Amino acid sequence: MINLKQNLTKGFIKENPVFVLLLGMCPTLGVTTSGMNGLGMGLATTAVLLASNMVISLIKNIIPDKVRIPAYIVVIASFVTIIDLSMSAYVPALHEQLGLFIPLIVVNCIILGRAEAFASKNGLFASFIDGISMGLGFAFALTLLGVIREILGSGAVFGFPLVAEGSATMLLFVMPPGAFIALGLLIAGVRSLTNLSARLAVQNSRTPVVSPEPAGGKA
Amino acid sequence: MNYFSLIIGALLVNNVVLVQFLGICPFLGVSSKISTAVGMGSAVMFVMTLATLVTYLVQSLVLVPLGIQFMQTVAFILVIAALVQMVEMVLKKVSPALYQALGVFLPLITTNCAILGVALIVVQNNYSLVDGLIYALATSAGFALALFVFAGIRERLEFADVPPVLKGAPSSLITAGLLALAFMGFSGIV
Repeated sequence: MINLKQNLTKGFIKENPVFVLLLGMCPTLGVTTSGMNGLGMGLATTAVLLASNMVISLIKNIIPDKVRIPAYIVVIASFVTIIDLSMSAYVPALHEQLGLFIPLIVVNCIILGRAEAFASKNGLFASFIDGISMGLGFAFALTLLGVIREILGSGAVFGFPLVAEGSATMLLFVMPPGAFIALGLLIAGVRSLTNLSARLAVQNSRTPVVSPEPAGGKA
Repeated sequence: MNYFSLIIGALLVNNVVLVQFLGICPFLGVSSKISTAVGMGSAVMFVMTLATLVTYLVQSLVLVPLGIQFMQTVAFILVIAALVQMVEMVLKKVSPALYQALGVFLPLITTNCAILGVALIVVQNNYSLVDGLIYALATSAGFALALFVFAGIRERLEFADVPPVLKGAPSSLITAGLLALAFMGFSGIV
């Protein structure tokens, strides 16, 4: 049960694909001009990751080892095509905004990376959980970056204006350079938070040892 | 189409890495030394031009006549993966010296989204074959240029005293941001 919980939460902070593993940087930087775009891209990637993880864990035993990478790519590319066509049918505006980055989900290293590192070695259910965790972790990172850039760059959250119309905002953050700078600062922020929590955890675990009570039973 | 504006546009104004955000992984991954940056840059230039040629032919000779353009993504990525593999084998046989220089970068190129991205852009914008090839060459030259400049900056940044949380990726990203800011100066030329 603990394993399940760990699998489910690892994607958000501890093994976050963007903040920690630094995978899938192109869509991360390219589409996060607003929170909505980040969320849309994150969910599209999650859908592909979930489906490909499940299919690959099902067919892992019938793929010869030598051609496994091309086989994985075909599975992933098929799901990307499905998502691409469904998005252009049901959410054409978002599809237009994300543009080239939808077909480029194929070459997102996270998806192939999870197929190779996790789905090819684990069962269907575990791969499903892994797909959800990693996918939503990616979506979380993209949405966070998108919201930050939208607030700073256009003074709005998910399209709702926070500042009066015509007031000066830091336009830089919705332009390409702002993507790099905002992501760099965000990664630094996540790092200092994890450092802080690690230090707190060490302190907490040390407290019973230095306390005068005999620690025999507790350890 | 005016070739000059096509080249300047792809090389500087719409730089593939710093403005279009394609190929960020190799841009951050292999840019710690100028020598590896040059190797990666030339490998990408070589493969991107070749891949654009092949995918253009696949699109116009196979997908369109059969009416299966929806298979574009699947077909392109397979063609690119096969092409990279073949280039690797041919180079190994024909020119061991060139293979020594570019060999280690070739497997990485399959997952370089700039290659697939440019192939898709060329097809989506209905470029002619010559236009497409010039665009691919200029775009990949832009990639090599950005990688080279960035590697030069990072070699010096290595000796700088940055706060521990900013070490590595964050400082590289902020540096890339400043470089992108410099490239924004080119906008409006074409």
